[in-house]
Amino acid sequence: MIDTPLLPLVILLTSLSAAPVLFALPERKARLRTALNLAVAALKVMLVILLAWKASQGVIYDVRLTVLPGLDLHLQADPLALMFVTLSAVLWLVTTIYSVGYLEHGPHRARFFGFFSLCVAATVGIAMAGNLFTFLLFYELLTIATYPLVIHNGTAAALRAGRIYLIYTLAGGLMLLLGTLGLWGLAGTTDFVAGGVMAEVAADRPGAARALFVVLIVALGVKAALVPLHGWLPVAMVAPAPVSALLHAVAVVKAGAFGIVRVVYEVFGIDLAQSLGVTGPLAMLAAVTILYGSIRALSQDDIKARLAYSTVSQVSYIALGVALASPIAAIGALAHLTHQGVMKITMFMAAGNLAEGFGIKKVSQMDGIGRAMPGTMTAFTLAALAMIGLPPFAGFISKWYLAQGGLAEGHYWVIALLLGSSLLNAAYFLPMLHRAWFCEPPERVAQIPARPRIDLWLTAPPIITAGFVITIGVLANAPFSPLEWVRFIVDTEFDGGL
Amino acid sequence: MTEMTPAMIHGLAGIAVFGIGLMGALAATDRLRRLVALKLCAVGAGFVLVAAAWRTPPAAPDPVPHALVITGIVVMISAAAVALAIIRRLHSLEAETDE
Amino acid sequence: MSDNLPDPMILVILLPLFGTVAAFVLPRAAPVIGLATLAAMTAAVVALGRAVAQAGAVSLPLAGWGAPLGIELRADGLALAMLALTALIGIAVGFGALGTFARARTSAGDGGQPTSRQRAFFWPLCLLLLTGMNGVYLGADLFNLYVMIEVISLAAVGLTVLGGTVTALRAGLAYMYASLLGALMMLLGVGFIYLQAGRLDFEGLAGVQPTPALSAAFALIFVGLALKAALFPLHFWLPDAHANATAPASALLSALVVKAGLYILLRLAEAGPFPGETLLKLMGILGTGAVIWGGVQALRADRLKLMVAWSTVAQIGLIFIALARGGADGLSDSWRAATLLILAHALAKAAMFLAAGRIKEVIGHDRIREFDRSPVRPTLAQFAFALAAVSLIGLPPSLGFIGKWSLMDGAMRAGNWHWVAVTMIATLLSVAYFSRALTGFLRFDRVRAPVTEHRGWALADAPPFMLALLAIGLGLAAAPILVILEFGQPFGVSP
Repeated sequence: MIDTPLLPLVILLTSLSAAPVLFALPERKARLRTALNLAVAALKVMLVILLAWKASQGVIYDVRLTVLPGLDLHLQADPLALMFVTLSAVLWLVTTIYSVGYLEHGPHRARFFGFFSLCVAATVGIAMAGNLFTFLLFYELLTIATYPLVIHNGTAAALRAGRIYLIYTLAGGLMLLLGTLGLWGLAGTTDFVAGGVMAEVAADRPGAARALFVVLIVALGVKAALVPLHGWLPVAMVAPAPVSALLHAVAVVKAGAFGIVRVVYEVFGIDLAQSLGVTGPLAMLAAVTILYGSIRALSQDDIKARLAYSTVSQVSYIALGVALASPIAAIGALAHLTHQGVMKITMFMAAGNLAEGFGIKKVSQMDGIGRAMPGTMTAFTLAALAMIGLPPFAGFISKWYLAQGGLAEGHYWVIALLLGSSLLNAAYFLPMLHRAWFCEPPERVAQIPARPRIDLWLTAPPIITAGFVITIGVLANAPFSPLEWVRFIVDTEFDGGL
Repeated sequence: MTEMTPAMIHGLAGIAVFGIGLMGALAATDRLRRLVALKLCAVGAGFVLVAAAWRTPPAAPDPVPHALVITGIVVMISAAAVALAIIRRLHSLEAETDE
Repeated sequence: MSDNLPDPMILVILLPLFGTVAAFVLPRAAPVIGLATLAAMTAAVVALGRAVAQAGAVSLPLAGWGAPLGIELRADGLALAMLALTALIGIAVGFGALGTFARARTSAGDGGQPTSRQRAFFWPLCLLLLTGMNGVYLGADLFNLYVMIEVISLAAVGLTVLGGTVTALRAGLAYMYASLLGALMMLLGVGFIYLQAGRLDFEGLAGVQPTPALSAAFALIFVGLALKAALFPLHFWLPDAHANATAPASALLSALVVKAGLYILLRLAEAGPFPGETLLKLMGILGTGAVIWGGVQALRADRLKLMVAWSTVAQIGLIFIALARGGADGLSDSWRAATLLILAHALAKAAMFLAAGRIKEVIGHDRIREFDRSPVRPTLAQFAFALAAVSLIGLPPSLGFIGKWSLMDGAMRAGNWHWVAVTMIATLLSVAYFSRALTGFLRFDRVRAPVTEHRGWALADAPPFMLALLAIGLGLAAAPILVILEFGQPFGVSP
């Protein structure tokens, strides 16, 4: 029964159909809601594993619904899709557990979890979109579904942030609509095809092809928070911690980065993009973003703001690796798509615990907190070290491949960039770790025990994801590790160019 | 230009009456005046239709436009009735609030 | 079709007409009569749909008198889609009205007429309106369309003033004048056309040689219909009329009535040498004006219903742009984009007005700035409002998105990038004004009392919600909708 050619659709529908039920559940039915949330999230992980297994056996999934003549709603499960879908399904499960703990007594839980489900459905749709038209559809759904989450607190500050978020993302969505239309008009198809669909167009009208590339990158760059389109991301940190975690790790930012991967590899094709001369500027833009984000992170005292700028910086590794047009750098980029997600979600959940447990929202308040919350802070520490690029953790793997790729293509500046960025990472993360572990706690933290709210629901998720940070780094070469999977993807995208 | 036939004279007169009505409808501020001006427009339009019926004299006039005019008159009368009803209602409501 | 039953085309027009009379004579039974009539009418539309699906376009000379002398009814895919839309919205608004007027009875009317009268008159007017709408869709000659559009006007004015307040009456009277003037311009234009061409049926008009006088006649008709369809700058009557009517009436007015003028323009464009390149350009320019002016006014509106009404002005402009997007040569495709937008707007706007009515009813006012002070939140109505907004903004996968996509796609292919740009501006403006309301729904820190989310289901919550869901979901069914539109090949064989 479950083994159907419609499996991608089933996976999409699990969270899509959970949403209305979650909306309709009365506020007070907390247990039922928790059970439903966890059941759906777990079911989704299982279905995704099944999908990945079947796909690796050579089963080809292809679900289509014709919307307009020639334009299909198209879901598929290529290796790239599987990677992103696995990431989002697994991290969603973890975040769901965390959210249950986080929002235990908060208001509007029905609304929260309803939109939370929609948000994940949108991410899954983005992952499995087989053409840009479908991608656009879920990209916009993601915007709509995350807006109520960002403003969940319903305060003036939250609404202001929400407005900024909406302006940025909807303007980006409009650009994506324009880009999709342009692609449809120029190439007559919006399909994602390894090697791209723009070869003929680029031969006839290189100017139009370049313009299209710019429009698409700008459209996706808004969500991927490329400088100068990143303005919404630090502002959106007013959202509840699980939402920030999801936004920074899987949903919004990653959707943009993932879209850039699709556009460069499967709309234009990396060779064509290179010959059009558009990868160089993209690499430069990514490099600027990496440095800018890191430098801004240095001066943030607010923990979430520091993490947000760190995301601005880190996500651009993906764009950088893609734009370097080297298979090895591409491995680094795609691996980072997974690695950054796992690392950043750990840090945001930990930051949420600090705020919930002790009301700590600033770096300067973190003195001695490691002793009060050892589990949370251990997870945070591991993720931070991995982020800096310490071997053998996840972040190291990405940076290593990026550097190798840069070297292979003769871009020596990449090495300098990565070194500089890593130093900056260290400069803004290490003081946090130092304060947490080696400074004396102020009286009040030492005296007040962690609130009973900080229970297993809240501490377990970051510890679990920190476990992922270690395992995917240490076991990078094991079969089915993200890295191995990425190698397989790059092999197809570069047409066996490894 | 062809010579002036009676049909054309009627037609032009119809247009002129319509124009007068239109100006009245746009310029009038009083509710009733505006309604009367619109009625004038209707008369003008009816004129044109009647003239249209008489295109090829001396053959018998075309009955279709006549049917149209009669229908048009009926429609206009019902519309005027509705408008008058609203105007009356408004007058009484406004009188109430004035008191 | 069976020999015992009359032709479904006749039933589609006569059923609501009989219903009108019955509901007027028996006011106590009006809701029952109304809903039964709607059900029967829907069945007739379905029967007609089967006939059209089998035979393509079907036509019926009434009493055996064909064109040019008699009255002929004709149905093709376009007419069928509009009939189905009207039946659907009629049913939804009917159920919405049941709730609205049932509850309104308990609360004291704000200076208006007794609500029992509202309830008694709503149904006859609603059914009369549907009679006129269906007549317009099935009419095959210009004079019939004139009569039917007048029937619509009378019913629409009645619905506008149904609330009985002074503001509603004033708005209704202004609407009446505008509508009469538009109709008379159309009548004069029809007279001219008969003078020139000697026929008024669309089939006959198709073969007419264009002359300057004929163009003038069409221009006159265009102005008249633009007045009725509230194309900028002839929209002046619309915002007050739609904002001050009772919610079910506003839904009908905004979703259906303005579409009658648009539909006749579509039919004229199908038939003949109309509209020329110049007129199309003018439509596009005025449409742009509507998009911008309507958008700006919606941003400034202080009341929810007024904002929704201004959004209608902007959306009508967008539909005209859709028609104009590819020039005269592109008309054979542009009509699809325009029709998709008409359908999308009708569904979403009906949902939105019904939802706005519910919100006003539960919160007690519809001042946008003060929504966030309300301790009561009509969640479901707000949700329906948001969903309708998604379709009106044109976010995927809604029907509004598909309409916008077709508009932009065709404009791009014709090299008319400026229409693409205008559509994008329209989208941004609509995001800006709708988010004003949505922000109010979602803000909680200005409430003094503890917030109680209104979770009870009311019958009146269901229709806007269902309509909004349809406005979103039908986007995925755009392909079948296009197939239906293609029945009988309006505008000839598609390229």
